[in-house]
Amino acid sequence: MKTLYRYRFQCGILSLLVGLLGLFIHLSPQTFLHSRIYIAFMSTIPFAALLALGLTLLIVAGELDLSFPAIMAVSGFCFSSISQATASPVLGLFGALATGSLAGLCNGLIVVKIGVPAIIATIGTQFFWRGTATLLADGLAVNLTELRETALHHILVGRLFDCLPMQSLWCLVIALFFWMILNRHIWGDDIRFIGDDITTATMMGVKTDNVRIGLFITMGLMSALASVMVCLEMASWWPTQGEGYLLIVFAAIFLGGTSVFGGQGTIFGTITGSIIIGILEAGIISGGLSGYWTRLAHGLVIVVSVSVYAVALKTRRT
Amino acid sequence: MSTHIIIRATSLHKSFGAVQALHDVSLSIKRGEVVALIGDNGAGKSTISKILSGVLRPDSGSLQINGDEVNLRHYSVHKARSLGIETVYQDHCLGEKQPLWRNIFVGRHIRNGLGFIDVAKEKKMTLHLLQQSLGLRGVGVSADALVSTLSGGERQGLAIGRAMLFNSNLTILDEPTTALAVKEVGRVLKFVRSIPENGKSALFISHNLHHVHEVADRFLFVDRGTIVHQSLQEKTSVAELFERLEEYSANSAIRGDK
Ligand SMILES: Nc1ncnc2c1ncn2[C@@H]1O[C@H](COP(=O)(O)OP(=O)(O)O)[C@@H](O)[C@H]1O
Ligand SMILES: [Mg+2]
Repeated sequence: MKTLYRYRFQCGILSLLVGLLGLFIHLSPQTFLHSRIYIAFMSTIPFAALLALGLTLLIVAGELDLSFPAIMAVSGFCFSSISQATASPVLGLFGALATGSLAGLCNGLIVVKIGVPAIIATIGTQFFWRGTATLLADGLAVNLTELRETALHHILVGRLFDCLPMQSLWCLVIALFFWMILNRHIWGDDIRFIGDDITTATMMGVKTDNVRIGLFITMGLMSALASVMVCLEMASWWPTQGEGYLLIVFAAIFLGGTSVFGGQGTIFGTITGSIIIGILEAGIISGGLSGYWTRLAHGLVIVVSVSVYAVALKTRRT
Repeated sequence: MSTHIIIRATSLHKSFGAVQALHDVSLSIKRGEVVALIGDNGAGKSTISKILSGVLRPDSGSLQINGDEVNLRHYSVHKARSLGIETVYQDHCLGEKQPLWRNIFVGRHIRNGLGFIDVAKEKKMTLHLLQQSLGLRGVGVSADALVSTLSGGERQGLAIGRAMLFNSNLTILDEPTTALAVKEVGRVLKFVRSIPENGKSALFISHNLHHVHEVADRFLFVDRGTIVHQSLQEKTSVAELFERLEEYSANSAIRGDK
């Protein structure tokens, strides 16, 4: 009973997912009782989920990053141009990861060392990196169809046994790793205390600066990885890559019960939240409604669930 | 000869921008001694305690712990803890939204070489601490409870229990009784009085001169960043403490006006 209470947020979000799936199966059994739709979900949801994982750690630490879509664009551009120039997508991957971590490092230094609040700093860097990517690419998309049959393609976004999208496996492995970090590792402990009260964390001997900068770098790395996967899956890079992810990723995280005030958050919630956001559109369309309903449904689900969290927290305190 | 001195600070100076918080502060604490810092708000008491506990670095001055010179450039909270110095702050010492076990071990978890925490062991030790040292025996007592569910006294108890668990030689308590109910104050004072029985020392900071007189062996008066007077408990009455403090407050009010 006590355990159930402790995991009530996780139970809540899981019931929401199960409830939605039940509803969709009821509305359009021909779509939702077939494995094809789930394979489609497993190929698209991991991109947002990977971003959400990195952002969850940042938000638990009381920070945020609005520049990750732009970091995706600039590191994806590095990936595509290095892959084409050297004919080695693996080199391209490393180039993208280096670019992503460098961009993350910039955010971290501006926020932690110069002291600009993350929301302002990353709005600025967001424009900067998007502008850089657009300039470098001359505003043009890059065609990457020649990467289709490369080993990297098979490893990152191929289909295991001709059906299971590799990106979903990667996402699962990284989610488990992040869970270990947040719940079982001293780094996760530092993250929680920094987000809870940074003065306390300092007084208790946490090296707050290093941890916070490390989190921005991690977010940069996750953006780069997501971007490379998107490039490979779509067989192209384009200058506005990543733009659609900004609000969806935040929505998934808060839907998953991570506190906007920092100090608390769960990997399980974030993954479940990403799945809910990811299946809504398909559910709505195959349920017979037009795609125009998607945003309205996103809005409803988010507002209702975040309100439920707020009420749950309020009643506990009294 | 200096082995019975647990900590000696010499000529500490500390400024925050234009504000000179400490000017030429020297003090020492013997093994088995409880020393009190008395002074008005803003006198510099917390700054002294933060320097001793490794949170702040002084601009100049030196520190000897157990007779050994400490390199202040490498002095930190970790270093202070490893030398047996624990601090209990009135606030900012617990993570509100974190479970009790994380609060006990924050900054020094029992971990393996890769940094992974031995959660089961820490929870067990936390529960033991809650039940044995703090006397919390209710059914609801759990290492997983969040700090936000505790009362003010329980919080202070947890912070003190943490200092006890790590077996400190010197416990610094910065206004630990200010926000507490009368009954809870009694428990904190009882703990402070028990410290010298085990040959350990304490630096006790409080606004309440009755509490100070009750637990300390020696009083240091801090006024605008310097130690202006000291006296021994057996030679000083509570009334005299009040008189002195009032005198300094009046002085600083006059000088503050100019
Ligand atoms: N982090 C800080 N930044 C600027 N000034 C500070 C800081 N900490 C303390 N001070 C100043 O130093 C002086 C001493 O403060 P403090 O040691 O907290 O006094 P006390 O604990 O005796 O009330 C005060 O004038 C205070 O305003
Ligand atoms: Mg103070």
